[in-house]
Order: sequence, then structure tokens, then C-alpha cells
Amino acid sequence: MTSQEKIIAIDSGLPEFEDRDKQQTKFTTCYMCACRCGIKVTVEDNKVRFIQGNPNHPVNKGVLCAKGNSGIMKQYSPAKLSSPLLRKPGTERGAGEFEEISWDRALGILEKRLANIRATDPKKLAYFTGRDQMQALTGMWASQFGTINWAAHGGFCSVNMAAGGLYTMGHAFWEFGDPDWENTKYFMMWGVAEDHSSNPLKLGLKRLKERGAKFVSVNPVRTGYQAIADEWIAIRPGTDGIFALSMIHVLLKNQLVDEEFLIRYTNAPQLVVNTPGKVGDGLFYRGAANGDGAEGKPQVWDQQSQTCVDGTSADCSPALFAEFTADDGTPVRTAMSILLEKYLDDQYSPEIAAKECGVSAADIERIALEMAHVAFKETITLDIEWTDWAGRKQSQFIGRPVSMHAMRGISAHSNGFQTCRALHLLQIVLGTIDCPGGHLAKPPFPKHIPPGIKPAKTNIPNTPLKSPPLGFPTCPEDLVIDDAGQPLRIDKAYSWDAPISCHGLMHMVISNAVKGDPYKIDTLMLFMANMAWNSSMNTAQTLEMLCAKEEDGEYKIPFIVCSDAFNSEMVAYSDLVLPDTTYLERYDTISMLDRPISEPHAACDSVRTPVIEADRDVLSWQEVMVEMAGRLKFPAFTTATGDRRYKDYKDFIINFEKEPGIGFLAGYRGVDGTKSLRGEPNPRQWEAYEENQGFFEFPLEPKQRYMRHANKDYLELAKEAGWVGSTEQILIEIYSEKLQKFRLAGQGLYDGPMPTQEHHKERLVKYFDPLPIYYMPLEEQRIDRDEYPFHAVNQRPMFMYHSWDSQNAWLRQIMNQNYLYMNRVAGEKLGIEDLSWVWVESHNGKIRAQIKLMEGTNENTVWTWNAIAKRGGAWGLSEDANEASDAFLMNHLISELLPAKGDSKDKITNSDPVTGQAAWYDLRVKITPVTDGETGSWPQFSALKPQPNAPKSPKMLSYATHKNVNIIRRWADTLFTGEKHSSNKVKTEKVTNKSIINGQTPGDK
Amino acid sequence: MKLGLVVDLDTCVGCHGCATACKQWNTSGTIGPLSDKDPYGKDPNGAWLNRIRTYEVGDTPNSKTVHMPMSCMHCEEAACVTVCPTGASYKRAEDGIVLVDQDKCMGCNLCAWACPYGARELDPAEGTMKKCTLCVDRIYDQKLPEDERQPACVLTCPTKSRVFGDFDDPTSEVSQLVRDRGGKQLMPELGYNPVNTYLPPRNKPAVEVHEVSSIKQSVKTWVNKMIAR
Repeated sequence: MTSQEKIIAIDSGLPEFEDRDKQQTKFTTCYMCACRCGIKVTVEDNKVRFIQGNPNHPVNKGVLCAKGNSGIMKQYSPAKLSSPLLRKPGTERGAGEFEEISWDRALGILEKRLANIRATDPKKLAYFTGRDQMQALTGMWASQFGTINWAAHGGFCSVNMAAGGLYTMGHAFWEFGDPDWENTKYFMMWGVAEDHSSNPLKLGLKRLKERGAKFVSVNPVRTGYQAIADEWIAIRPGTDGIFALSMIHVLLKNQLVDEEFLIRYTNAPQLVVNTPGKVGDGLFYRGAANGDGAEGKPQVWDQQSQTCVDGTSADCSPALFAEFTADDGTPVRTAMSILLEKYLDDQYSPEIAAKECGVSAADIERIALEMAHVAFKETITLDIEWTDWAGRKQSQFIGRPVSMHAMRGISAHSNGFQTCRALHLLQIVLGTIDCPGGHLAKPPFPKHIPPGIKPAKTNIPNTPLKSPPLGFPTCPEDLVIDDAGQPLRIDKAYSWDAPISCHGLMHMVISNAVKGDPYKIDTLMLFMANMAWNSSMNTAQTLEMLCAKEEDGEYKIPFIVCSDAFNSEMVAYSDLVLPDTTYLERYDTISMLDRPISEPHAACDSVRTPVIEADRDVLSWQEVMVEMAGRLKFPAFTTATGDRRYKDYKDFIINFEKEPGIGFLAGYRGVDGTKSLRGEPNPRQWEAYEENQGFFEFPLEPKQRYMRHANKDYLELAKEAGWVGSTEQILIEIYSEKLQKFRLAGQGLYDGPMPTQEHHKERLVKYFDPLPIYYMPLEEQRIDRDEYPFHAVNQRPMFMYHSWDSQNAWLRQIMNQNYLYMNRVAGEKLGIEDLSWVWVESHNGKIRAQIKLMEGTNENTVWTWNAIAKRGGAWGLSEDANEASDAFLMNHLISELLPAKGDSKDKITNSDPVTGQAAWYDLRVKITPVTDGETGSWPQFSALKPQPNAPKSPKMLSYATHKNVNIIRRWADTLFTGEKHSSNKVKTEKVTNKSIINGQTPGDK
Repeated sequence: MKLGLVVDLDTCVGCHGCATACKQWNTSGTIGPLSDKDPYGKDPNGAWLNRIRTYEVGDTPNSKTVHMPMSCMHCEEAACVTVCPTGASYKRAEDGIVLVDQDKCMGCNLCAWACPYGARELDPAEGTMKKCTLCVDRIYDQKLPEDERQPACVLTCPTKSRVFGDFDDPTSEVSQLVRDRGGKQLMPELGYNPVNTYLPPRNKPAVEVHEVSSIKQSVKTWVNKMIAR
């Protein structure tokens, strides 16, 4: 008997605890954070009994985090909106005076407004979404509407991670790639603030620990994951780039790089024109039009033929290092030669890097050499035959088992794009990309570099955009600017301020729209974005902007629409509120066209289907989108005869095809549901997903699982599935010619659009280095570092997702006040006591917060948990809730613009100069004790009103789906109180207990 | 039979997944509800059967962060049972689970004072004592799939740091883990002989550094290799 069987064998006639006949089990996808785990939900009388991880689900394999386990309290939050709301005439934004209206009326108001904008000047609709998981739909909707002013929250979240990876190797961290948890022997985690990804990361760390792999964590704060790391690197915020580049210095100095990998799979051997100060400098040396078929192809120096040949062909043995003058007189050198010269420079030596990042020179050198040892001396091989991109059979996959994961601590700095590139470069020189034990791509990634979508520029009434609003520029011609070089988008994405802002700059929309810079808008439409609180920089002033009026009394942003399921702070500042369903009440798709849930060795997608019926007058935003698209007669939503093409969201998902056979869901396609990835619409597709527990998993064959950037069988599958446009090798770009083109534009050496303003030129020259660089974050460059001696950063706790969970009666018991955490030694030096209140001041303002001293924090850093603070009254909380009185937002200290110095950069976004990523973590502050005994957080805001007809938040909550069935102890048993049971007694007790409980005699009560 | 939990401190990241899974299951479980006072107001406070204590040990540079999940240890010498004046608290003979008969408990709190592990909490609405049942209403339930007959905390743990089983059975996973990893009881000196056992952090893996040549390298010494693309 197994141990489990023995336990069952003792079943001692316990009562039936719950009536299973009244319960149903349903499968759907969690939405307590962005991880998208599979959940199995037990429902009893349309109430949620239990939410557990789905053991068969590829993402979480049965486990579930603190958030997922608290879904019940989100479902029963008193902050749920229950009907459409219209701001009462004559009341002000922020007052929270709403009239409940019907959906008919709400949709009518929206339709009229949108139809007018669309028919006149489509860009006057600014449509921005928060942490939604339906960007494929909202982006397509915006495109069909014809507005370029659409983006999701990526610009203030992690575009640096996405862009850094997609412009280097065609995949990236998190949703685009994972460490090979089963095989990696050395794992470095960078800047992971407890979230993203949640359960997969935790499952992975367990596997590492079981196998004795080393886990190094780089983070200024030692909480969560860092607590179990084998080595914690308490780096100074924003300096990860120099740490990584210094390790590259160590590897190069000792010639410890994977030369085969660099030659076969990267552009390291390609020849770069070396003509500083001239047009064309730094671009690839390309083949001439001499009829050899290599015209325009980047050249390499072939050691066999001793000539320049097409560097993308298979038949050559390129020199990794070379510098010479080509036959046509052009001085050239290989990208690798440039790289070597650059990083061997003393500025990247461990001794100099150590002064900047605070990691000792010895540690920098040791960690680099540890990784080299694991990569090159503990190589693993999998004897699986595969075919490379050129059709050559390979007998095995070679694995260099070093892997990494990085997140917001890297991306939320204004040097994050280049830092992310530096991390990838480190992975690439070690040969750890998409190999066993390394960093694995997740389908539909890798993509060609970058994906071939260009951002739209048009603004034509009643006409869809020619391409999606967001895309991947590869040269200045792709910028979304007018002939005078001025931004066309309201967030100034794809302008000279941030040329490669592939996710937009949501954090700039309100500020720009209120200033009318570059123009005024008519309607701001927000979905799931709490821009009136924790999702905005500079929150207090943002609230003023939302209420700012023209001289004629009209709001500067004339109409604000928001959709949210809950009474967030944003609701009060909206004119029209459309109540969304909760995640347990809706149909939804986690699509391969968006940010899918694939695992490295399986393409996956999933759905949400309602597990309980909504008891309110709510409509999911998906339905609103499809309804509006039909009403406004978007071409993709309208038949040739002018009728509505899709009756609702479910119908749209089944029948919409992006290209023949490719739709939002990749599974169970074809008329009978037997086709995967590509196939005709299946009228029973939703049912098929439900029958398969809400997800679709398409496992790759073993020969397709690694080296996918150069794996013929994989690339052919990827092309068939519509993931890539061609089966050509995805050549990893350690040297980015695309960045160089922008730099040339800054230097005045580009044959195309060039900036006219000096600060733009300077930024392009400085930050668009074709090889990864480190530079001091921009805020730090513009403030007095002595005056503001501390870095201030936010971390996300594992049990809360941004602002979503303070309404959660269980999760808020784990934390309802955030402290300003400070290193004890640093605090003692300043005479700051534990739990005392302090003023925290930045160039942008000041706040009052309560200090908690701790050991595990970098000495130059203070930090707190993000988005714990709430405005009184919002989210169903009382006015005196701890979140309102004692918790604080750091957002007030962070400006959406760079610190003012009276120069031309004053008006520039506080973002990465390459990608426009919001630089949340660049903040510098000074800390001073309060002088007059003041306590409580500051600033304080008047309490918001609950939504109309809000249920009263209870003073006592006793949630249960049924009356409990108590296990009754029989009176006779109490005689043994305090006695130790002997094994003999156990037997007797067992028998007696059984009869008693089954019998439940009145005497025993 | 001696049922209990093994908690692995080498891998617990303090995520609170076990705590909320416990709250979720048990609020509709045999000793439910687990009530919450002022759930949306100031200082919300409810009954929990499992809490995660996170603290730092030692001063810099010899300091460490520890995540310590704490629930009933199902002690062999359970003082909470001894002190119970009504006989509501008892330790089941057949499997060693310590339970509180909700019908007999008068909420006097003596057991909570007697418990050195802080494992018992008075329900603010019901006035009775609530504590970990080891999910007695899951582990024996033949209607659950066999691999789900586990305490909710074990089932959910994202780092699989919690293992449930019979400490009396030397072949059980919990017994093997305790042997192999040097499992420790909490505060054994108090003499309550707790069943739940904690696994201390593993030794850190040693990784060699790649050997380096003592001769100073330079770009010029790096010779191109003949490698076919």
C-alpha cells in the first residue's frame, strides 16, 4: 500500500461534509494577475466554493498563488459596479455623482460620440487599456476605427524587456521566453519584484533547488525569491547594465565565448563599414549589384575563399575577427571586432564597474567565470537529430545550461532597453540562447528581428488604419511624425522623443492631452486602467489635469469613458462608466495573436468561460467592443451587404480570420475541430475548449524544441501557423544596424528623416548605440545626487497585483499599509528610527511615510510595496481604511517629465529615450524625519463616494457556501483528555469513533 | 497513524498561497466559516489557520530573510487539548489530528494561550476556536480525485514546499524527507513534540570558476577559428 492508500484506509466514517450533488466543477483561466494560470472552480448554488489550480494546465500545473486562491473575495467585493453610470449634469469630475443608466442609453451615448469622431478626425479618440489580456482585439478595434492613438499598458510596464529581446534575438523574457527549468544548472534572476511570472517562476525555482542548480538573484531588496537565492547581489538600482557588461569584459578578456554559436547564429562576423563621420558609417557592408545574388546582403570575410561573401549563406567559414579595407576601398571590420574593442576598454573592467554598481570586482569576475564554467565545462547534449535552417542534419542539441530571467527592475529604468540588450548579449556570448539548459523561446516566438509590423501613421475619417497602431520601427522613415518632425500620436510614441516606443507611452496621454501637445483630443477611453491613482506618475497633479477646464468651462479632455468591473479611483473621474464583468463571469481568449500562454515546448492558448452568472447589469468589455464595431460598421465587422457580421464576442472569436485559417484561437479548428494552429472556423470551438478544460496545447516534436531561430522543422511549422513570415534563419543581432540608423540620423549622417532639435540629436547619438551600453539613468543625470542621496523603487508583493487586491477582504489582511523600507545601517546614520514618520522628497514633490528599517536592502536604496495605498471610499473601503490613512503612493514623487533644468529637455518624457518605457525606478529622494510629531501618510485626498446603490461594506464577513458539518467529539472520548493515546487505544478508538459519528446519537450532542 | 506536514524552508518564498488556500477551503469547510472583522475597514482582522511569518535573522552582513509558514503542529503532547475545559479540543486517536468540536467550544481562549506556536484563532463572529484540521474534510473524501486528497495548502503550494503524510510510516515521503534533509521540530525544548517538521535550507551548491590563463590576453592573440556557418 502506498502512504496515501494507507491514509485512505483509515477513513473513520466521517460525516458527509458537503452535498456534491449541488456542486459543479468548471474550468477557466485565472485573472488575479497577468500569469493566466488554469483554474478548476467548484460552484455551489451559483456561489464559488473553491478555486484551485488545474493540474493539467501547462502554465501552473495545479498550483496556485495567494492571489488565485483569493478569487472568491474579488468576486464578492462590495466595489463591484452594477450598472452603467453617467456623471450627473452639473456635477464635477471627481465628485462621484452618477446617475445609473440603461445599457441601451450608455451604448447609444458612446456610439454617437464615437461615430462623430470617426467621421471627422479619428485621432481625437485616445483609447488606452490597462492590464488587459485582449490587446489583439482592442488593437484591431482601434485600427478599424482609424485612430493611431491606441496602446495598452506596456509602455509603463515592461516594453524595455519586450523591445530589448525582440530587437536582439526575436524573443525575450517572461511571455516570450523561459529558463529551461529542467536542465539549467546556473540561474541568474535580475530585478524580479516578486511578480511576473508568478507560479511558473516558483515551480521553476523548486526544480532548480531539487537538482542542486545555483540560483543567483540580483535585486536591491532581499524579499521573496531573493530570500531563497544561493547568492543575493544587492545591486544599486539602475546599474545592472554595467554589471552585465563588466562580466562580458571578463569573458572576452579570457576568450571565454561560444565562437561557434556566434558565427552560426548571430551577426557577430558580419562586416561593418568603418567610416566615422561619413554617411553609412556603422552600417553593414553589403554586397554590390554584380549579379552574384548577394546584392544588398551583409558580407562576411570567408576564410576559405579569402573573399567577402554573403554572410547569410550557409557555405562559408566567416572570420569572427577582421579589420581591413574591402576591394572597393571601404574600410570594414567585423561586428565582433567592434564588440571586442568596446568591452575590453577599462571602463568595463570589474574594478571600475564595481564603483558604479556596488558589486565587488571579485564578485563580478567570479560570477562571470562561474557561468563560463557551467556553460563550457558542464555542457549537456541531447542526442536528438534535427535539421538546421540550411537543411543540414545535426546529430544533437548542445546545451550550455546557464539561464536568466529579468523583469521590471531592469525595464523600469531609462537605461532599461540597453540594459536588457546587455543581459541578452551576455546570454549570447555564452551560447545559451534556445539551447538545452538555456533561455528558451515560447511560441509564437522567436520572430524575425524585429517582427515585421510597422506602426500606422494615417488619420482618415471613416477609414481603418493601413497597419496596426503599434509596430516595430527599423529606421527613421518608420517614425510616426509629420513632415516637420512633430509627433502624430497623442503620447508622442515613435517620435524623436522615443523612436522605438513599441508599446506606446500611456503615462503621457493625460498630460499631453490636457496641454494640447501635440493636439487636443475629444474622448479618452480607458479600459482597466487606474489612471486617476496608481497607474499615473505624478498622481496629485494628474487628478488636477483630469479636472482642468478651458476658459469656456469645457473640460480640457472633453469626454472620459472608462470600463472597469470595480469602483476604482478612475471611476469618479469618468463621464461615462461601463461596468465590466469579473473574470469568473466572462468569455475571453488568451490568444496566440496577443500574449499567449505558451510553454517553451508547446504552443498554447486558452479561454475564459463563465463559471457563475453575473447578478448585475454588466457587460464584458469584449462584448462592448464587438457591439460598437458592429454599430459603427467597421469593415472587418460588416458584411458586403452592410449587415453586422458577428452577433457577439463568441461568434466573432469563432468566425474571424486574420488570414485564412488563422483566428484568435489556434486550437480545435476546422469544421470538425480536428485541426490545430490553422484551419477553417469550427462552430463548436468554444465547446471544444470547455471540453478540454479551457486550454489548447500543441506540443512540439523533440526535433523542433531547441535552436528554433535556426531550426528548419520548427521554422516551417511556425510559418504554417502564421507565427513567422518566412523560414529564413532568425539571425541574432548582437550588433543592431537598426539602432545605428537612428544614431546616424542624430549625427546628421542619415539619408532620410533627421531630427532638427539639438537635444534629440544628442539623445540619438548617446543612447542608440548599436552595441549595448550602460549610462546613468536620466533623472539621476539631472538632479543633485548629493541632495537626493537615495534611490526609491517599488516592488510588487506576491500576494497582490497592482491596485487590484486592496478590495480583497483576505489579501488586505496580509497587508494594508506599506512602509518605506530602509537599510538599518543607513537609517541609523541619519538618526531615523524604526517605525518613525519621515518626509520623502524628490524633485517633483514630497510625501510623508512611515519607516521600517531592515537589513536586506541596498544601503543607497529605499523602497516600498506598490499600489497598496488607496483613496478612501474607493474599492469598497471605508474612509478610515489603513490603505487611505497610513499607506502611501510613491507616484506623487515621480514626474512624467524629466527634472527641470531650464533646458530643452525639460519637457521630455521621463522615459527610456529608446523605447519610451516609463522610468518609474529612476526616482531619487531625500529623507528627513518629521519635526512636529506628525503621523499618517500625506498627501491626503477627500474620500470618494461609493457607486450608486453600492452594497454596504459589511462590518463582519463570514463567507461560506453552506452550513458547516461539524465533526462531533463523543463525550466518552473526553475522558481521555490529556492522556497520550497508546497504540492499543488507537484501534478501539477507531472503531468506536466510526459508530458514533455515523450514528450521531442525541446523547452525544 | 501520525499525520502532519513537512515544510521546506529551502524553497518557501513566503508567497502566502498556502494561507489563502487554507482560508478559502476552510471557510466553507467543517469548522467554517472563518470570519473576518472589519473586512473593508480599519485594521481588518479575521480567523486564519495558517499564517506566514517573515523576518530577518541577524545583522548585516550575516543576516538572512526567513519565511516561516505557521499552522497547527498537531503536537503529540498537545497542551491546547489538556487545558480545554469543555473537552472541545481533542487529538484524534486514529490519525493524531488535533480538532476543535465547534459544538462544545465556548471560546474561552485558554487553548490559544497554551499553544506556543500561535496556531489557534478565535472566530470573531462565531466566538469559537478555529484551527488547522489538516483538511480532514479533504484527505479522507473518496469523492475527491485521489491526488487531491491533500490539505488545501499542500495542493496549492507553488514551490511545492509543503508535503503531507504519515510520520508513523517510515516509507512515507514525509518520513523520508525528514531523514534525508535533517528535518527539525520547532521549539522541541518545550516538550510538546510537534508532528509538523521543518526542513532547513540546503547547503549552497558549489560552482567552480572557469580556469583562466595567467598570460595576459589581448585582441591580437585571439586567432580566428575555421568554423563553417
